[in-house]
Amino acid sequence: MLEIRNLHAQVDGHEILRGINLTVRPGEVHSIMGPNGSGKSTLSQVLAGRETYVVTDGEVLYNGRNLLELAADERACEGVFLAFQYPVEIPGVSTNYFLRAALNSVRKYRGQDELDAMDFLKLVREKARLVEIDDKLLNRSLNEGFSGGEKKRNEVFQMAVLEPALAILDETDSGLDIDALRIVADGVNKLRSPERAFLVITHYQRLLNYIVPDHVHVLIDGRIARSGGKELALELEEKGYGWLEKEARRVEPVSA
Amino acid sequence: MLTTKDARDSYLAAFEAVEASRAVAGWLAPIRKAAIARFAEVGFPSLRNEDWKYTDVSPIADTEFRWAALNERLHPGSLEPHWVGGTDVHRLVVVNGRYRGTLSSVGSLPRGVRIGSLAAALQDGADRLQAEFARLADYRGRPFTALNTALFEDGAVVFLPPETVIEWPIHVLYVTLGSAEPVVAHPRTLIVAGANSRLTVIESFVSLGDAPCLTNAVTEIVAEDGARIDHYKAGQDNDDSFHVGETAARLGRDSAVRSHVVTLGGRLVRNEYHAVLDGEGGDCTIHGLYLLNGRQHVDNHLRVEHGRPHCTSREFFKGVLADQSRGVFTGRIYVAEDAQKTDAKQTHMSLLLSEEARVESRPQLEIFADDVRCTHGATIGQVDDEALFYLRTRGLDADAARNLLVYGFAEDSLQQVRYEPLRRHLEKRLLDRLPQAVVRRDEL
Ligand SMILES: Nc1ncnc2c1ncn2[C@@H]1O[C@H](COP(=O)(O)OP(=O)(O)OP(=O)(O)O)[C@@H](O)[C@H]1O
Ligand SMILES: [Mg+2]
Repeated sequence: MLEIRNLHAQVDGHEILRGINLTVRPGEVHSIMGPNGSGKSTLSQVLAGRETYVVTDGEVLYNGRNLLELAADERACEGVFLAFQYPVEIPGVSTNYFLRAALNSVRKYRGQDELDAMDFLKLVREKARLVEIDDKLLNRSLNEGFSGGEKKRNEVFQMAVLEPALAILDETDSGLDIDALRIVADGVNKLRSPERAFLVITHYQRLLNYIVPDHVHVLIDGRIARSGGKELALELEEKGYGWLEKEARRVEPVSA
Repeated sequence: MLTTKDARDSYLAAFEAVEASRAVAGWLAPIRKAAIARFAEVGFPSLRNEDWKYTDVSPIADTEFRWAALNERLHPGSLEPHWVGGTDVHRLVVVNGRYRGTLSSVGSLPRGVRIGSLAAALQDGADRLQAEFARLADYRGRPFTALNTALFEDGAVVFLPPETVIEWPIHVLYVTLGSAEPVVAHPRTLIVAGANSRLTVIESFVSLGDAPCLTNAVTEIVAEDGARIDHYKAGQDNDDSFHVGETAARLGRDSAVRSHVVTLGGRLVRNEYHAVLDGEGGDCTIHGLYLLNGRQHVDNHLRVEHGRPHCTSREFFKGVLADQSRGVFTGRIYVAEDAQKTDAKQTHMSLLLSEEARVESRPQLEIFADDVRCTHGATIGQVDDEALFYLRTRGLDADAARNLLVYGFAEDSLQQVRYEPLRRHLEKRLLDRLPQAVVRRDEL
């Protein structure tokens, strides 16, 4: 479904991603871990189509198509979803208002009928229950004055409504209390299906107790330094990133 | 084309003609005379006048506006799109500066309340109204107010005795109706809210017909001690028309006036708002929103005067400017020497949608008391890239996302409109105006 080959990306002339290779098949959950500043959010934003990042080398195939050619909204229509690490606050626009416009834009692209206000409301109720998000929140200005946890929950709610094929969750667990973490993880698990894949970026092993990944990757200095099964996350929890960082530095001169 | 001197003379001639033909109440005649004398002296404001530095009124001075004919035919249906709310609204219609009873509908009113024609009320010799009339609106300092004071024929009056509550909103629809030729109207309104009374009043300005019009409006608002007034000014003139208006308010002890000045139309618009906090504990809030495209020019000119201690004032203005439009915001806060514990705040936020749009933002603080809290802030920005990206990752294309952000920016102001039918009405107008206001895809 997703094939990342030797991906290099820059921002303002700084190379952040320095040769990423990753293959994700339908139904899989991949977790990406790694120290602060290693490039996890950069990778997720490049995949979602942020234009401030310049891809200087490599390619990304999504269902066999060149993903990098598509605009951010086309990617969304094709089923790519990004839950932001820092969701943006938008005054004057409520979640429900914008999400209906977004959903209909996606449905139109996919050749489906637009949802009217009634059908949309029904859908919203159902999905809001799924992630236990307060109805009132959905009618307030998007993310404005939301608590950290409410913002993250709202991201998962939007994902549930848009039903993407490839969902990228960028630290959706940070800022969540234990109960919220379980609810959000449950929400994700309910969306898991043989057709749908997840890229779950996190710093914490505890999330992976709830969302059990098929693969764990460690990103260091813009490269995947190590990949493994779910037991890799446990090892990282115990040992930290130091040993992998040392290893990564050692190979640096060779590949530079 | 007229020279400035000719333009002035044509208004003076109009005054002579009107003066000869109308029966003016004894007490009003000297006021009118003083006002026209003042206008004869100063004429139209020039760019050298600091208060008019960024607004050139020569398009107004250069146009030969006609006095509107009496009782122009106006189909009530043409007013329909401009009404808000259902039948639970007192509706007043002022066409070309004249109150039109046949088009108005005022519901039953508590004892002592007067809502209707200003001219009729002044003619009836109500002492209270005479005492308040032309007291706040500054015909000595403002040439356009001088013209209005000298030339107005009629307009609306709202008078509430103390302790009266008017549940239904009062909606005054000012129509300037040009036919083949440009027409000028000088509607005049006086609102007196007695102690502890409450009311909501909406002033909508529209221009109908094909020729460009000039509406030169003056509204005086008196909030006696403890009175609460929700006031809205909705400018929806067509984009060939001119609007200059003064809203002048006086707030007594513990009174609250909450205004919202929304401009969604007009070629050249000047909204002046002068508020005087004249009793302790007064609370004045002025929200504002303007959405401009093409070559529209809108100038919001505010002066809030804290005359007494312990008063609060808030000014929150937002503007969206596309194409070659121009916005001017002047917010003067004056705090008198004994107005201690003043709490005044002012913000002006503007969103520029094109490289050619311009905005001037002028906060002016004149503070003579020492124990006060006065803040002001202004931002001028473009559509936020990150917000745009966020919306696009949800499937909205660039235009739709941009539109939504602009809408949200403006809607944020409209959320302060407490009378819901009006808010919905303005939201619709806002959406109608948006598509043109949005920068084309290739400019991204
Ligand atoms: N405009 C920029 N100019 C230079 N460097 C930048 C710019 N934007 C981001 N970076 C750098 O890119 C690196 C990767 O950032 P990124 O946000 O992808 O890290 P991350 O792995 O998501 O970190 P975290 O775990 O803290 O979220 C950081 O060192 C950051 O400072
Ligand atoms: Mg990050």
